[in-house]
Amino acid sequence: MTVLPDGRYVDDAPFDPHAGLQAVERKDLDAPAHVLVWRKFKTHRLGLISGIFLLLCYLMLPFAGFIAPYTANERFSENLYSPPQAIHLWHEGTFVGPHVYAMTSEPNLTTFQWEFKPDTSTPHRLSFFCKGSSYKLAGLVETDRHLFCAPDGVTVFLWGSDRLGRDMFSRILYGAQLSLTVGLIGITVSFVLGIFFGSVAGYFGGSIDWVINRVIEILRSLPELPLWLALSAAVPSNWGPVAVFFIISIILGILDWPGLARSVRAKFLSLREEEYVRAAEMMGATPGRVIRRHLLPNFTSHLIASATLSIPAMILGETALSYLGLGLRAPAVSWGVMLNDAQNLVNVEIYWWTALPMLPIIVIVLAFNFLGDGLRDSLDPYEQ
Amino acid sequence: MLILRYAIYRFGTMLLTLLVVSALIFVIINLPPGDFLSNQIAELKSTGQSAGVAKAEFLRKEYALDRPLWQQYLIWVGFIPGPHGFSGLIQGDFGWSFSAERPVAEIVGDALWLTVLVNLAAVGFVYLVALPLGVLAAARSRTWVDYSSAFVGYLGLATPNFLLALILFYYGHRYMNLPIGGLMDPSFEGQPMSWEKVRSILLHLIVPTFVIGTSGAAAMMQRLRANMLDELGKPYVETAIAKGMSPQRMLVKYPLRVAFNPFVADIGNLLPSMVSGSVLVSVVLGLQTIGPILLTALKTQDQFLAGFVLMFVALLTLLGTMISDVLLVLLDPRIRYEGREA
Repeated sequence: MTVLPDGRYVDDAPFDPHAGLQAVERKDLDAPAHVLVWRKFKTHRLGLISGIFLLLCYLMLPFAGFIAPYTANERFSENLYSPPQAIHLWHEGTFVGPHVYAMTSEPNLTTFQWEFKPDTSTPHRLSFFCKGSSYKLAGLVETDRHLFCAPDGVTVFLWGSDRLGRDMFSRILYGAQLSLTVGLIGITVSFVLGIFFGSVAGYFGGSIDWVINRVIEILRSLPELPLWLALSAAVPSNWGPVAVFFIISIILGILDWPGLARSVRAKFLSLREEEYVRAAEMMGATPGRVIRRHLLPNFTSHLIASATLSIPAMILGETALSYLGLGLRAPAVSWGVMLNDAQNLVNVEIYWWTALPMLPIIVIVLAFNFLGDGLRDSLDPYEQ
Repeated sequence: MLILRYAIYRFGTMLLTLLVVSALIFVIINLPPGDFLSNQIAELKSTGQSAGVAKAEFLRKEYALDRPLWQQYLIWVGFIPGPHGFSGLIQGDFGWSFSAERPVAEIVGDALWLTVLVNLAAVGFVYLVALPLGVLAAARSRTWVDYSSAFVGYLGLATPNFLLALILFYYGHRYMNLPIGGLMDPSFEGQPMSWEKVRSILLHLIVPTFVIGTSGAAAMMQRLRANMLDELGKPYVETAIAKGMSPQRMLVKYPLRVAFNPFVADIGNLLPSMVSGSVLVSVVLGLQTIGPILLTALKTQDQFLAGFVLMFVALLTLLGTMISDVLLVLLDPRIRYEGREA
């Protein structure tokens, strides 16, 4: 540090205007791939938001029973097709905290419907961390604590109730447990099959490749839904909900792998000629080791992106199957099963809230699409 | 001449594929334990109706259901003679529907060409919508036209087909007085063709076409946009503009022609999902296509009916894919006629 005659302090070190830039660049070049991908992904606003949203949704799943005020199959026979209730904070100008109004029902003798009206005379305060009907937290711990519930004699149906008087909001939360995991299990099945057949075909080539390639082509040229229908019609009707759930997700995965296998195969065909593969082979690595340790890590990120893009198809597939009555069945709760009740157009017109499960479906599928697009765009961090 | 040879080659591979598919479908159909007749026999026996049992046993013999599975398959396709000589799919005998107690051919009847019609309309819709919108989105990229079409496209991809069908049906009926349900007015059913009937069918087609085509159109549009953007960055575009060609004429004359090829090739990829969609939408909207027939046949284990419908759906997609492949070769002389070697 030197002091100039006019009293200013000046640093002795030589000034390099590009120093900061170079430092960043050098760090960029040295950083591991996942850091680079993450850095680029962060700039993809929509993808990032979707990713966080999906993460929250999946983290919520084990606690669905806690957040939901009721359990999935709890019935209120007095409140069939009760419209959504709002949570109010102020009652007649004074603050009383979150409360609901009781619903009074009376039959309308001209339309033959029950008409529900909120009775706004007395506010009923919601209680928090209260005791309700018991459920299993994360499927393990039996408890009866709920995030919020209404006092005795009053109901809190945030999104209305269905034809058996069950709370739609709670059912959508419980339904998410099945609807969201169907895609994950399905994609696992499809991943295992796709990577296995794709890598075998691409690595060995020859007649194995020919056979696998034909199978891929044939499966890809067939319409999925009729085959899904046929396969799920084969599920015995006396199986329990859990078994049906697993078999349905496996069915969804079985027809999805050809697309993945094709891209794995194409990648392997070009990668197996690389020097490092030859080197590994020369050093005596078995084909299995070359595939697992040297080839697959090269494009796992690519595979993850394509998996993200095919999960929505599975969620929609499960919804369609359950909607048609060939997927999950009644005691199980999924969004497709719930929409099965909304099949009747007249019903939907009168009780519009029975069609509400379509909203989470659309939002989740959109989020997966945005996340997948973001991942795909940021996978090549060196490309501008 | 070369194109003819390619078409014949492509037809041959399609037939082979169809053969494999028939075996696959037969296996899937026979996956559920038991079959329609043995279930019926068990039920009749438990209620003590011996007359019905005899009839069911007779049907079992008649349709060779008492033989081993591989023989059943060969008889079904028509490779080996059944109890009444060769009468399988190849010979044009589609079998007997046990639940309806009528021949399969009689049940599916009209549904076959209505299915083809619905799918053709959907393909037409995809081209009609995706072509102008894709070009427009590319030419005006990063403007509101581009963004709003992308938004609609995403929404189209994310909304389940059957929900879109319900919503559109409701609003279409309410505000535009579009007819609800079915593919024609009930009074025209079974009637010979007339202008009134055609008009009724066309009116009923609007909503299904829209529903089946939307997601396909969205995907197609995005791909066309990407292809067009690639082409628009090339030097020949700059040359054309520099020489004073009007933008519209230039756009249609050069980049569009190149970007058009994947457009045709894509229909082969798109068709399976569109046929899937049409089956689902037909069930939801109660169209008289083979969709609802398939669903009931699968639920009642009516194996010949379900098998035939699945075969027909597969044939429809395979034919469509073949046609698109041949068209592509016609359009793009750069593509080799031989089978592509990877």
